[in-house]
Amino acid sequence: MSDMRPDQELICNWIEDDSRILDLGCGDGTLLNSLIERRNVKGYGLELNDKKVLGCFTKGVNVIQSDLDHGLSDYFDNNSFDYVIMSLTLQAMNFPDRLLDEMLRVGQEGIITFPNFGYWKNRIQLLLKGKMPVTKSLPNFWYNTPNIHLCTMKDFELLCREKKIHIIQRTVIGSRHKIAPNLLGETAIYRFKRE
Amino acid sequence: MKDSIGIVSPESAEFRQPLKLRSGDTLNSYKLVYETYGTLNQDASNAILICHALSGNHHAAGYHLDKNGDPERKPGWWETAIGPGKPIDSDRFFIVSPNNLGGCDGSTGPATINPASGIPYGPDFPFVTVEDWVESQALLADRLGIDKWAAVVGGSLGGMQVLQWSISYPKRIQHAVIIAAAPKLTAQNIAFNEVARQAIRTDPDFHEGRYLEHTDTIPERGLRLARMLGHITYLSDEAMGAKFGRELRDGQINYGYGVEFQVESYLRYQADSFIGRFDANTYLLMTKALDYFDPALNHADNLSVALKDVKSKFCVISFTSDWRFPPQRSQEIVRSLIDCGLDVSYAEIEANHGHDAFLMPIPQYLNILQAYMDKVIDRDDFGDSNSE
Repeated sequence: MSDMRPDQELICNWIEDDSRILDLGCGDGTLLNSLIERRNVKGYGLELNDKKVLGCFTKGVNVIQSDLDHGLSDYFDNNSFDYVIMSLTLQAMNFPDRLLDEMLRVGQEGIITFPNFGYWKNRIQLLLKGKMPVTKSLPNFWYNTPNIHLCTMKDFELLCREKKIHIIQRTVIGSRHKIAPNLLGETAIYRFKRE
Repeated sequence: MKDSIGIVSPESAEFRQPLKLRSGDTLNSYKLVYETYGTLNQDASNAILICHALSGNHHAAGYHLDKNGDPERKPGWWETAIGPGKPIDSDRFFIVSPNNLGGCDGSTGPATINPASGIPYGPDFPFVTVEDWVESQALLADRLGIDKWAAVVGGSLGGMQVLQWSISYPKRIQHAVIIAAAPKLTAQNIAFNEVARQAIRTDPDFHEGRYLEHTDTIPERGLRLARMLGHITYLSDEAMGAKFGRELRDGQINYGYGVEFQVESYLRYQADSFIGRFDANTYLLMTKALDYFDPALNHADNLSVALKDVKSKFCVISFTSDWRFPPQRSQEIVRSLIDCGLDVSYAEIEANHGHDAFLMPIPQYLNILQAYMDKVIDRDDFGDSNSE
């Protein structure tokens, strides 16, 4: 699947066959569509943007047009899914902490990817230029970015500890080495569940 | 008539087998008038049923010829969505659009002569429900050699029929497209309907519903009020404001009860054009069918239980400014479909037209509908011969 982002490729490898999936902020349905084809999953995507919703319809992927900031209680019961995925969306939410809880309410496991603000290029821009970083993974300026809740991997892991969320698996994109992921990883990927 | 199916004319089917109705009454024989667009393929796998709303009929697309043999000025009520190359594509689908029982456009209804008495049924026409319509539409499908609809599509009250189809005949409907609908009416919805009915029934020309026996008088005043009230609920405050604002017809206030504000002129025009074409008893019946619709009623008020045997895939569409059946009502349907693990896609269209939006050429809406209908054929798993 050449049109999948690298983080989506990794997610695809983590998902078991025939599982039930909820994809929060599913975009044009690319990931869900690949998971259906490769892993025979069943599930739904949630997306707010009109164009992206239309993309899902075009692919024939189940999409529910809705605002994630309103939570998931309108549609989903506890424990309805094996995996709840949220790729590159957490940082754009008004209440990312609440959404984490919601993910683990409706799903057994959560999978999250986000741009790691601790990535060395971000740190250098802030340190040397004294300006908010603008990079490949964070392409917008501070005033027009949808990313209102950026965090580092360390930040995320602290929140998980506070919420008693157990991290099952962690990896990064942007570094082939496992050392210092919070410094060398451009995009963070986590799989987690309730402790 | 570019992009139109062109000239169309209705067909009809007579049924002599008695139809047992939900109310307990029976219709011994009846006629259904319908239109079709496109061609049924060899294995009858490309058939689409269109269900109409309260004041709709079988004439969904194309143009009728007038008395002089010229095309009428106005096309069918869903010309925006049905036709060659349109979302409900007459080049690919065989589209069937019936007039519901109890209607006043050709199918047996209150204005039809009752064979038992030789006079119009009038108030003696039995109550018909959404379930009854679905039964009669299934019999029409049998008659047309359609075992399974590729999709059943409808807006508003039409959407309720689609939902009922998925419940009544889970094996005969592959895709359900439910637009601007609700799983049942609210108290406020019923209240509006009751005011409309009271307007008609208290009109001195109503004659207990036997107005057709009285030298062709009709309860014109009541029907006008009912239609005006209906139109207020079809438009949003925003749409009315944008369309009319406080604009005055004569440019000044005249201190009288004639038409002063443009919105008054609009309502009167809508009322005028309605009384010529719609039967008051049909209006009463249709509003009752709306009120009675509640598939969850016999399932402890739980729609998910009512849907437990449903098999079809769903497309649900709502409009942001629709206050008659707002998005929350569509979301109730979506939630129950998800509860049942059914395939569903839901789009909430940004539109300021109010409930009427489902008839409007809104690009995002038509694109969504087109994308979904494209997949109706793609995902087809009961025959390949329609891919010609």
